[in-house]
Amino acid sequence: MKQAIKIGLIGGVVEILLSLIGMVEAFSQRDIIAHVISMGHTLLIIVALFMGYLAAKRTPGKGSLWVLANSFLSGLIVGGLVSLLVIVGSLIDLRKVFVNAMPVLYELLTFKQGTQIGVFLLLGAGALSGVLAGLFFLSPKLLRRVLLISLGSVVGAGVLQDLLRPTFSLWGPLAIINEWLFTANGLTIQGAIGLFVLIAALLLFWSRKGSVIQTGFRQLPPAPQRILKMSGILILVFILLILPQVLGLFLSEVFTIVGLYVLLGLGLNIVVGYAGLLDLGYVAFFAIGSYTTAVLTSPELGFFSLSFWEALPFVIVMGVFSGVLLGTPVLKMRGDYLAIATLGFGEIIRILVLSDFLRPWLGGAQGIGKIPKASIAGFEFAGPQQIYYLILAGCLLVIFISLRLRDSRLGRAWMAMREDEDVAQAMGINLVATKLLAFATGAGFSALSGAIFATKLSSVYPHSFNVMISINIVCVIIVGGMGSIPGVIVGAAALVGLPELLREFAEYRLFVYGAALVAMMLLRPEGLWPEAVHRREFHEEEEKEAESKSSLELKSG
Amino acid sequence: MALLFTKKVTKRFGGLVAVGDLDIDIREKSIHSIIGPNGAGKTTFFNCITGFYKPEEGEILFNDHSLVGLLPDRIVRLGISRTYQNIRLFPNLTAMENILVGLHGHLRAGFFGIVMSTPATRKEEKEAAEEARRLLKFVNLAGKGDFLAKNLPYGDQRRLEIARALASRPKLLLLDEPTAGMNPRETQDMMDFIQHLRDELGITILLIEHQMRVVMGISETVTVLDYGEKIAEGTPTEIQGNPKVIEAYLGRGSTAEVSQVS
Repeated sequence: MKQAIKIGLIGGVVEILLSLIGMVEAFSQRDIIAHVISMGHTLLIIVALFMGYLAAKRTPGKGSLWVLANSFLSGLIVGGLVSLLVIVGSLIDLRKVFVNAMPVLYELLTFKQGTQIGVFLLLGAGALSGVLAGLFFLSPKLLRRVLLISLGSVVGAGVLQDLLRPTFSLWGPLAIINEWLFTANGLTIQGAIGLFVLIAALLLFWSRKGSVIQTGFRQLPPAPQRILKMSGILILVFILLILPQVLGLFLSEVFTIVGLYVLLGLGLNIVVGYAGLLDLGYVAFFAIGSYTTAVLTSPELGFFSLSFWEALPFVIVMGVFSGVLLGTPVLKMRGDYLAIATLGFGEIIRILVLSDFLRPWLGGAQGIGKIPKASIAGFEFAGPQQIYYLILAGCLLVIFISLRLRDSRLGRAWMAMREDEDVAQAMGINLVATKLLAFATGAGFSALSGAIFATKLSSVYPHSFNVMISINIVCVIIVGGMGSIPGVIVGAAALVGLPELLREFAEYRLFVYGAALVAMMLLRPEGLWPEAVHRREFHEEEEKEAESKSSLELKSG
Repeated sequence: MALLFTKKVTKRFGGLVAVGDLDIDIREKSIHSIIGPNGAGKTTFFNCITGFYKPEEGEILFNDHSLVGLLPDRIVRLGISRTYQNIRLFPNLTAMENILVGLHGHLRAGFFGIVMSTPATRKEEKEAAEEARRLLKFVNLAGKGDFLAKNLPYGDQRRLEIARALASRPKLLLLDEPTAGMNPRETQDMMDFIQHLRDELGITILLIEHQMRVVMGISETVTVLDYGEKIAEGTPTEIQGNPKVIEAYLGRGSTAEVSQVS
């Protein structure tokens, strides 16, 4: 009971906060289902449902009546607190403190029914959400899974409508789906129901027949199994290759940004995820890669005018060298101290490139322009749709190297160092060499990413390399799962890709990052896609399978 | 012939002398125990040998190599390996990976060899995995290689730690209270296992132990420390009758009582 009240109060405060910072209102401009429910309302309902579920889960004894009572109570409290906000808002003008407490917010919260009816509606909606969450908790596992995934897909389709709609419209026959599924803003009602039923049916089918198919697959002799797997990989490669043509300009641009973060994330994953060295100045190597490319290729400065490919080896060497340079002074530092020292290094690089002192060589605040595009045999990586391939190649290369390193003597040395530095040393691991190698490898990946970034923009400016980039990359790794390669891809897609797709999101990006980090630490500290335990004793074959699987997963990310 | 030989080793922490003027000879292929009350400097002495601490004075010779001032990773390559009083496995690595880390010093693969997956690297990895499996079997953990170390039961963790130490192919193995927290049956198994290590693999064993049954049961030589100094050394029977040892363990005055009783 106490628990339920506490959870309800937390939920209510969260909803009030979301309302007052204007998130509900901003999100309400997009409908999930046209004229039925907006993204803002969905957000509120999800919070209420989640709190109801938590209350149900924390009920001692688990008697189903108690469970329902608790989830009802917490939902009611959530609704109550929001109605309190509505009442207070109608009596006092909150706009002097909370700029976003505009009349339109109250209209949204009260479903446009005025304060008095709205309050009752809110209480009812809260209680209903709570009870639904309680029922959800009590229902069998299969039903829960089906409901969760199908509803999630409907919401996902609504949220990602800007991604899906243009994709379908590019493919002649698929454009019919568009008309059936989407309106100008949000899903159609029949589309939403249809999608829900479709996904649910698929899930039910899989739960019945999935194991049969899987065992059937395993019973196949190895040769056809391999052929099936290979063809699966080929299909994925094919999809990856045609993706920019299918998705069009805007989405290709989004993909290139996500791809750059995947590259950066994979590099930092070696330093933080494998070796356990918390590096908050990682943007420095990105900057060094970009600026080295710019200095070596841009005719604007007139020192060199190498092509992108001629410059690339120097860029990587420069990155590796700076990785060692940063690594050396901080060898003896651990944990928090290391984080602060590397944070400083990141800032030093930014301030150096911004300085007047280095302006003749690095362009100062104006940056360096006219960086040539990369090209192979006449194919120029000019727009996002072409640069996509450059980034894809970079990602595949880096993933390949990461995988090889992970399952090697060096990867194990890094992980041992992460787990217990002293014991690792006592097991024969040379800490100096191992740490420097981790810094150098991470920095090399980052410099590669920086080089691609420079040719993508054709210019580099100091302000592109602020500390937020480092923080973003660390967030990507933590949310995705420390030390997990598919995790980096999922994390980059979630934290970098989603905000690019959701224009309402932009203002609340940092807020969402913070909330995501806290939520991850509480609910899923191992990350969205945690590193799998490596089976080495018996399952040599399956290990290879897992490898090929993880390389598939990255593509789907 | 002495495998490990220390001369006047002294380690101070501020004003406290944790180990003072310690001379110890450890004969090759012997089982040598170090005993003493809590705080007598036993683990500090281990840390001096393995390079965790640098003694202020004195000399430690292992196979005629001086160990003073060497880093732990150099010392383990010379052939000294250890376990810890509180188990210190790599908790989020599997048992297999823990042992493979122990093999680190014997693998040669470099960055480019690994990325290119050269035949030499592949062969080395395969052999390392085989050796790790063999060690798992040796410590009775066959079939548990894919468990995370932190998920293994206590006794298994102790044995895994020894397997990890063995992976570095030591000539001298330092065991810091290997039977701590074990019941009589497990203790007996551990004693048999330690004897087996010496008899089968020819590894010299230096042991810190509190259970007198273990010390008296398997060691050939016993050294007694008190306040960082050696107060007695000899065979288990000699030590059992030594009044200074009884005094250190039971306090001053008890010697007289003990001799009266006996």
